[in-house]
Amino acid sequence: MNVVEISGVSKRFGSTTAVEGIELEIGEREFVSLIGPSGCGKSTLLRIIGDLIEPSGGKVVVNRKTARQARKDRDYGIVFQDPVLYDWRTVAKNVALPLEIARWPRQKRKVRVQKMLELVELTGFENHRPWQLSGGMQQRVSIARALSFDPALLLMDEPFGALDEMTRERLNMELLRIWAASGSTVVFVTHSISEAVFLSTQVVVMSPRPGRISEVVPIDLKQPRTATTREEPRFFELVTQVREALHLGHDLERAAPVITQQAEA
Amino acid sequence: MATMAAELPVEPRTEVIRRAAARVGTSILVLAALWGLWEGYRWLWIQEGWTWPFIVNDTTMPHLHDIFAALWAKASPGGVGPRLITVLVKGALFTAKEAAAGFAIGALGGFALGVLLAHFRLLQRGLLPWIVASQTVPILVVAPMVVVWANPKLPDSLKDWGAVALIAAFLTFFPVTVNTIRGLQSADRRALELMRSYAAGDWRILWKLRFPAALPYIFAALKISATASVVGALIGELPSSIPNGLGAQIINFSQYYTTQPRGLWATNVIAAALGISFFLIVLIAEKLVVRRAPENLV
Ligand SMILES: Nc1ncnc2c1ncn2[C@@H]1O[C@H](COP(=O)(O)OP(=O)(O)O)[C@@H](O)[C@H]1O
Ligand SMILES: [Mg+2]
Repeated sequence: MNVVEISGVSKRFGSTTAVEGIELEIGEREFVSLIGPSGCGKSTLLRIIGDLIEPSGGKVVVNRKTARQARKDRDYGIVFQDPVLYDWRTVAKNVALPLEIARWPRQKRKVRVQKMLELVELTGFENHRPWQLSGGMQQRVSIARALSFDPALLLMDEPFGALDEMTRERLNMELLRIWAASGSTVVFVTHSISEAVFLSTQVVVMSPRPGRISEVVPIDLKQPRTATTREEPRFFELVTQVREALHLGHDLERAAPVITQQAEA
Repeated sequence: MATMAAELPVEPRTEVIRRAAARVGTSILVLAALWGLWEGYRWLWIQEGWTWPFIVNDTTMPHLHDIFAALWAKASPGGVGPRLITVLVKGALFTAKEAAAGFAIGALGGFALGVLLAHFRLLQRGLLPWIVASQTVPILVVAPMVVVWANPKLPDSLKDWGAVALIAAFLTFFPVTVNTIRGLQSADRRALELMRSYAAGDWRILWKLRFPAALPYIFAALKISATASVVGALIGELPSSIPNGLGAQIINFSQYYTTQPRGLWATNVIAAALGISFFLIVLIAEKLVVRRAPENLV
């Protein structure tokens, strides 16, 4: 069964067309990355799936419901590039926020928060304030918060984009572990080709003006991914394949310069 | 992960105490400097006989120690009865009651109005100009009218001072309303989107996100309002001939200003102290309530 089914979706902002003719199916427990140059509509597509904005046309079905109903049923956990934590709440209280909104009883909340902090390896930091944590730790709190109510679908918009390379690679490993443990489906926006290949079961390559899906690259690296996955020949083949797909999208579009990972970092 | 704890900024108790001591020290230095400036200015102007911008003498600028001595002296010229400071503090407490009640009414009312106007944009566009206009009304003219209008409606326990509290409230609510609107609308856009993804209703978004986000703005307004409520209470007392407050003392001592300037100056000192205490109380409340990253504090 598919968790997400998108057909013929488009979104216009005034006269600009952000995305157009989007067809995409995401199966249960998949890890799907959206990759493409800035402005190609990755965030827009993610936000349409999460019902943060409405599409101008087309249809989005999530867990056999409309996106709106899925949001009302709390099927989405969202993580942005910035952690967006509340300064006035402790780490534990930040993670508990969605549970408070969902009116979980206090005791159940406490147990759950403890479990989530364990999952992101932040046990012992319950009573810290967000600003007392490093950027990577803050992002882990925000992941714990997003997963606290066990959403079917985790939507992540460049969650590690603001972090340094080393922190990023460590969090990549952690995210895979969390993904395996939580059993949710992930849609992950990134600028980094290697990150997309390393994490995903499928990489969706997008091209700009108007934002379209130019290719879907299945990633057949074996699970679970480890530190040595990045050194496998197959990994490099897939990175090359995604890179070429990206350039193809560009050549079709002509004028735009070739993007590299560095330029976006 | 355990090693990460070591990276966190830890603040030892001694550091906190050292910082507090430095602060007290600075305050004392500033006070001493102001004292020196006053006395130095006075001395220089008298010495040189300068008359611009005004003539300096014991009436226009008495010695500061004379003012404090006057506070300690008996209130009436005959040297009998209570000390001046006793009389003034009694008045100040009465005025403080009016100001505190006015502050509470104004702050709560101003906040409620702010929440309402932030929520209903249309109402905001229609009503805000009138609220602004209300603040241009000369309070000295309106104050006696308010007393006359409100007194008959007030129960005995609230008579007179209740009316003055309303005038203080009138000067208090405006900054609170304006900053509440701004503060509620200052919530991070993505934080609002997260709330949306948790399927949170308007009411919960207000209490769990918008209100805490607005707190620094609200406290900025409360600090202004704290002193404004004292001024409002004093002004309210002046034209309404309420005998118990500091306002009556101001009127009393201004009649004798040319012969006994120290009385008015002493009243001035007490009124200022009242305003400063109100401000400090709000400041302390802010320190207790508003928790922000150090870089986000104003
Ligand atoms: N709220 C908005 N209003 C107007 N234009 C928008 C808005 N959001 C996105 N866009 C436009 O839509 C296009 C795609 O944006 P976005 O989805 O953010 O791209 P990406 O995330 O891939 O960088 C861009 O041209 C952007 O300017
Ligand atoms: Mg984006």
